[in-house]
Amino acid sequence: MTDTLAAPAEHRSPRRQRATGRRGWSWWVLLVAAVVAAPIVAVVVDGLRSTGAASLPTGLGSMVVTTLLLMAGVAAGTLVVGGGLAWLVTVGRFPGRDLFTWLLVLPLAMPAYILGFVFLSTFDEAGTVPRALRDLAGGQFWFPPVRNLPGAVLVMTMTLFPYVYLMARAAFMEQSPSTYDAARSLGASRARALRAVVLPLARPSLVAGLALVMMEVLTDFATVQYFGVETVSVGVYKQWKGSYNFDSASQLSVLVLLFAVGVLAAERLLRGRARYVHKGGRGRGLEPVPLTGARGWAAALVCLFALAVAFLLPVLRLALWAWGEARRNPDELIDPRFPDYLANSLTVALVAAVACVAVSMLVAHALRMSGSPLARAAAQVTTFGYAVPGAVVGIGVLLAFAYLDDLVRWLGVEGGTGLLVTGSVAGILYAYLIRFLAPAYVAVDASMTKVSPTMTWSALSLGSGPLRTLHRVHLPLARSGVFVAFVLVLVDAIKELPLVLLLRPFGFSTVSVWVYELAKENFWEKAALPALVIVMAAVVPVFLLFRQARLVDPHRAHERR
Amino acid sequence: MSGPVGAPPILDLDGVSKAYGAVLATRDLHLTASPGELLTVIGPSGCGKSTLLRLVAGLERPSTGTVAIDGEVVAGPRWVPPERRRVGLVFQDHALFPHLDVARNIAFGLDRMAKAERRNRVREVLDLVRLGGLAKRYPHELSGGEQQRVALARALAPGPAVVLLDEPFSSLDETLRAQVRADTVAVLRSTGTTAVLVTHDQTEALSVGDRVVVMNHGVIEQCDSPVRVFESPATRFVASFMGDAVFLPAHVHDALLSSEIGVVSAVPGWAGCDVDVEVVLRPHEVAITPVADGIGHVVDVEYHGAFVLHTVRLRSERLVQSWQPHSVRHPVGTRVDVSVVPGVTPTLLVGNTAVTEPPS
Repeated sequence: MTDTLAAPAEHRSPRRQRATGRRGWSWWVLLVAAVVAAPIVAVVVDGLRSTGAASLPTGLGSMVVTTLLLMAGVAAGTLVVGGGLAWLVTVGRFPGRDLFTWLLVLPLAMPAYILGFVFLSTFDEAGTVPRALRDLAGGQFWFPPVRNLPGAVLVMTMTLFPYVYLMARAAFMEQSPSTYDAARSLGASRARALRAVVLPLARPSLVAGLALVMMEVLTDFATVQYFGVETVSVGVYKQWKGSYNFDSASQLSVLVLLFAVGVLAAERLLRGRARYVHKGGRGRGLEPVPLTGARGWAAALVCLFALAVAFLLPVLRLALWAWGEARRNPDELIDPRFPDYLANSLTVALVAAVACVAVSMLVAHALRMSGSPLARAAAQVTTFGYAVPGAVVGIGVLLAFAYLDDLVRWLGVEGGTGLLVTGSVAGILYAYLIRFLAPAYVAVDASMTKVSPTMTWSALSLGSGPLRTLHRVHLPLARSGVFVAFVLVLVDAIKELPLVLLLRPFGFSTVSVWVYELAKENFWEKAALPALVIVMAAVVPVFLLFRQARLVDPHRAHERR
Repeated sequence: MSGPVGAPPILDLDGVSKAYGAVLATRDLHLTASPGELLTVIGPSGCGKSTLLRLVAGLERPSTGTVAIDGEVVAGPRWVPPERRRVGLVFQDHALFPHLDVARNIAFGLDRMAKAERRNRVREVLDLVRLGGLAKRYPHELSGGEQQRVALARALAPGPAVVLLDEPFSSLDETLRAQVRADTVAVLRSTGTTAVLVTHDQTEALSVGDRVVVMNHGVIEQCDSPVRVFESPATRFVASFMGDAVFLPAHVHDALLSSEIGVVSAVPGWAGCDVDVEVVLRPHEVAITPVADGIGHVVDVEYHGAFVLHTVRLRSERLVQSWQPHSVRHPVGTRVDVSVVPGVTPTLLVGNTAVTEPPS
């Protein structure tokens, strides 16, 4: 027996001696972190170096004020709508509650640049509603102008409130019903218990949701342009695309970055020490109160209204437009450019998704292999990109390419890489990698943490090198996270507009850019079909999100049993 | 020890230390294992016993010292990564790959084999652990004991030079544990596998190991046969960790050991000595006889089934304990004389270390 057991050892051909140990894998994480951080560092360095040298665009002060007003407005709006709806579906039991609970996430699938033009086509001076009202009133009827800051606030609120909704709902679900009950039994009214106990406990989550919303507001420089709202991000875009004024574009993007830093700092400050709200395990969640009769139907109507305004009606409108177009021009059902743009969108998104997933998996695997504190810190850096506004990422990528150009020219290549002036698809992909690495990594990492280290060690001791361990153990075991990451990035990349606008080479267009350009020219009917394609694609990750949310919902888990 | 005497060691740790920052997890470990030997490693949590395993497996690099496996240096002047060390690992959580069935779990370490050979080998080790019929099951379809056996089979399949088992039985429930432990040891014995088993269970360490390695604060306090570790502990820590023990101040004078219980025994070779020591008394080494004017009195009697544990308070207020057969029960308050069971040579301590010859 001893002999037969010892025999297989001879079949293990010794592999090439590894000069470094597992610490070598730290370099991969450091490399990824450096690649992700380079453009942002470039912006900061360049912006600080040229301070005072370049002329800042006129109207900088009003840009800053506009940005602040937009952020404040959207913050207030999403807090009321998202927080209110979350409270309603958590503590109330009313007709359709279970359905609304997750349908209310759907507005996430409606990009602001699409809702924006649908909104304008309906409520602008020449839009459907004012026209109908004028007809009804016989000529004169005053309707408030909407192509302005409040209009932008309204549209962004309706597309972004699900962030606050999701975070608030999670916070309400995690709270133990006993705190609320205790407050009520101590004689607090429902309203006071809400104000004094539930909201303070939910504050960190609400603030985190708001921070996400603010980041999205800062990133946008397309939607706001429909409304003639000039934020700092719009300034960056115009300085670059309008006059190719690199210096002032990069200085403005430092300003945008400052806004982002301010948002993060405010989040930290407001979250305060209340970071770990649900110590000692998760609570069962607040026990829902049945809302009967008219109150129940009113609650359902509120949810339906929010959903209709933010998602159902716009989708219906787009569908009708698309249908009308098809009826009017049956021969030109599909614009000849559409397949090209769709192919561009899909190609870029697929490459970006594969790249983000591959890099995330590499980072997660390298961390498992090396485990050094430095690598751990570097892995955190790779996820910062999500908090950096699009304009900063865009200008940063251009700057990084400019430095690369200088380097290549210095190495003796005439004309450099040629990537800079024309913009390039490589730039778009690079920017996507920076922006979307965070969601991909979070999803992959969540799956990887479920793979116990003993699993890795067993694989290694069974003669499986790091690459085979990655391929045969880590990848198969993390596949659900890999799948989620892939879909998230794919759809985010298809939806993405600002980065493409900023970085696309001449003549290169995607579905999202096409929608934007048609909508800007008021060709709403023509924009409808591509817009619908984007919305439909964006619904997919919402379902994924819902599936995960369902799994962690204690009440539902209970019902299922 | 089943290995041939004088054969070169399969495992050889020479002066191995591992520091995490300023903290020493293990200090200057010297340890060898002969072919076919089964070492058990025991110590309180944080004593460095798991670090020892990780150093051998190549999951940690030693700060100083060398590790050699089957005559090949794998850490120290050169570095061999875990996948080329021929070390099998069995963990407490079994760490079976959940996405592979039993056969493919076991075949995982056999990827360099021809297909037919691999299939034979898988069948062979499955039979070895008596799981022949479960080849197509997935880990979650197995009981804890079966998972443990699959983990062992998987570790043995590639024919490792040494198998390391990290508390492999602690996740199993009490009733199952003894059986699985006996089976595991039988398999290790029948295949002549050299193995290091980490445990926190004293009985397990003593009953399973050819030699027992007792660790504390990152240091090997004693590495010896189970009998020696239990009956001749090398240090105060080993004496108290490996079983109940009381320490009585004693004195050696002219080769006679005496303490407050009287003359304990003769200590040949200590003639002409006059030193203070402590004597280590385990309950089974202590005899008690009821005497009207005894030097102590029974303060507690615990019935353990086959044996009865008597606790006696001496005049000095010190307590000693004594195992008595189940038929012997001296009620609380009984005055007794205390002595050492004839034939026992109790361990003597000077400071914290045991001495066998007079300190110079």
